[in-house]
Amino acid sequence: MAGGNNGPSNGHPSTNGHRKPGKPPRYSAFSLLKHGLAPRAEWPRAWRSPALQPSYDVVIIGGGVHGLATAYYLAANHGITNVAVLDKGYLGGGGSGRNTAILRSNYLTPEGVRFYDRSMRLYEHLAADLNFNVMFSRRGHLTLAHNDSSLRTMRWRAEVNKLQGVDSEVIGPEEIAKLVPYLDTSTSTRYPILGALYHPPGGIIRHDAVVWGYARGADSLGVHLHQNTEVTGIDVAEDRVIGVRTNRGRIATRNVVNCTAGWSSVISDMAGVELPVQTSPLQAAVTEPVRPFLDTVVVSGTLHVYVSQTDRGELVFGASVDPFTSYSMRGSLEFVEGLAGHVLELMPALSKMRLLRQWAGLCDMTPDYSPIMGATPVDGFYVDVGWGTYGFKAGPVSGEAMAECVATQRTPEIIAAFHPGRFETGQLVGEKGAAAVGH
Amino acid sequence: MIQLPCPWCGPRNVSEFRYAGEVTPRPQPATATPEQWRRYLYVRRNPRGWTEENWYHSAGCRQFFKLRRDTDSNAVEEPR
Ligand SMILES: Cc1cc2nc3c(=O)[nH]c(=O)nc-3n(C[C@H](O)[C@H](O)[C@H](O)COP(=O)(O)OP(=O)(O)OC[C@H]3O[C@@H](n4cnc5c(N)ncnc54)[C@H](O)[C@@H]3O)c2cc1C
Ligand SMILES: [Zn+2]
Repeated sequence: MAGGNNGPSNGHPSTNGHRKPGKPPRYSAFSLLKHGLAPRAEWPRAWRSPALQPSYDVVIIGGGVHGLATAYYLAANHGITNVAVLDKGYLGGGGSGRNTAILRSNYLTPEGVRFYDRSMRLYEHLAADLNFNVMFSRRGHLTLAHNDSSLRTMRWRAEVNKLQGVDSEVIGPEEIAKLVPYLDTSTSTRYPILGALYHPPGGIIRHDAVVWGYARGADSLGVHLHQNTEVTGIDVAEDRVIGVRTNRGRIATRNVVNCTAGWSSVISDMAGVELPVQTSPLQAAVTEPVRPFLDTVVVSGTLHVYVSQTDRGELVFGASVDPFTSYSMRGSLEFVEGLAGHVLELMPALSKMRLLRQWAGLCDMTPDYSPIMGATPVDGFYVDVGWGTYGFKAGPVSGEAMAECVATQRTPEIIAAFHPGRFETGQLVGEKGAAAVGH
Repeated sequence: MIQLPCPWCGPRNVSEFRYAGEVTPRPQPATATPEQWRRYLYVRRNPRGWTEENWYHSAGCRQFFKLRRDTDSNAVEEPR
C-alpha cells in the first residue's frame, strides 16, 4: 500500500532512497562509520513518501511536534497505525521549526507544573526512544525579578513547583552573578535585579531534531506523512466528522485532530467549532557564534527579553508576542531595535555582537495562557491547540495524552483541566504569570 | 513598520496605537447569562483575512476608532 510514487510532490524532490514500510536502519556510531567508509553511500531517507489513501482511521492536521508526536504515540502506545499527518507545507515549518527551544516545567498552577513535568520526563529519554539525537541540554533556567511583585510571583512558583517535586528556588543577586557571567547585577541599572527563580532542570533542545525524530519514528510504525497537503474543508454530518477535504483530494475519516497552532482557528472554523484563540506573531533573533560563555537560560519579564547560547555558540534572543494579532510572519525593525536595547541593559558586554537573522512564527494565544485539549462538541473532532508561545516543550506529553484521548475516547487525567469547555464555566488555568515572556 | 490611518490624525506608525481587539457585539450586561457573557469575553473569530477591529491612538489623539484590516497581509482600509 505504501512506497507509491504516483501522488503529487510531497516535499521530497527525489524518489531516491524510498523505503518499504518497516524498521528504518538504526543510527549508531557503527552505522556512521560504515556510511562514511562506503563509496558514494547515500543515507536512506528518514521517512517514506507514501501515496495519499482515500481513507484513514485518524487524520492529524499539522506536521509540527504536536501532530507528529500524537501520530507516533497512537502507533507506539495504542497500535493504531492507519494514521495520516497532513501539513500544508513541510514538516516543522510552523512554530516547531521557529521556536527558541526552551524546555522547563516551573509553571504557576499545579495542573500546569504536573503536565509540563511529565513532558520533561519524556524528553529525558526521547533520544533513546526515537534513536535520534535531540541534543537535550539541561543547563538551568533563570527568571529574573526586577521588582517586588515579580519576586512574589517567583516565590509562589517555587512553592508550587516544590510541592509537585519540581526543582525550583528563589536565589539572590550574588548567586545569580556566579551563575551568569556578564550579567549586569549592579544596583545602578534602570531595573536592578533583585533575585531570580532558579530552575536547574530547565534547558534547551534541538527543535528540528525533535520534529524529525518523531516523524521518522511514526513513519517506521506505519503512519503516513503527507507534506504539501493543505486541508481546505472538514465534512461534518449530524455533528460527527466524516472526512476532510484537501488540495489533493478528499479523505474519509471519523477522527480528526487539529494540531495547527497558529492556524487553529481556521481549521476549527471548518468543523464549526468556536475557540477562544487569537493568533499573534512572535519574533526571535540570533547572533553570529562566539565562544561559549553562557550555560544557563536567562529570562527577564520586566525587560521583555530572554537569551540562551546554542551549542554552536550563537546567542538566541526572544521576546513577548507582537502587540497585535496577525497571520503575517514578516519580521519588523522595531522588534530588533527594542530587543537590542533590552539585551544591552542585561548584558552591556554584548554591544559589539552582530545579529545574523531574525524571524517570526505564529502563536495561538488563549485567555489564560494554557492550552485547549481534548474532544469538542463535534464527534470525532479533537483539538490540541492554544500553544501560544510555550508549546514546544509540551510536544511529548501532548502527543501521549492526545493519542490516549483519541484511542480510548476518554480524556486522560493529565489534560482534564485544559478541556475546551472551561471558558464557558469560567474554570481558567491562569499561567500568565509563568508564560508571558519566558516561553 | 506598518501604518494605520487614524480618522483624526491621518496615517501614523502602528507603534503609536494600542490594539483593542475584534469588534464583537456586546450582550446586555443586565440580562446576559454568565455563558453569554463569558462567550463575549473569550471567544474570538480570529479570521485569516479581512476583519473589523478597535484601535486606540494612545500616543496621538487618544481616541478609539474602528478599522478594517487584512490579518494575512496587514493591509488596511482607509476610513470612510
Ligand atoms: C519565536 C518563537 C519562540 C518560541 N519559543 C518557545 C520556547 O522557547 N519553548 C516552547 O516550549 N515553545 C516556544 N514557542 C512556541 C512553540 O513553537 C509552539 O507552541 C509549538 O511549536 C506548536 O507546535 P505545533 O506542533 O502545535 O504547531 P506548529 O509547529 O506551528 O505546526 C502547525 C502546522 O500546521 C500546518 N497547517 C496549518 N494550516 C494547515 C492546513 N490548512 N492544512 C494542513 N496543515 C496546516 C502548518 O504548516 C504547520 O506546520 C515559540 C514560538 C515562536 C514563534
Ligand atoms: Zn489619532
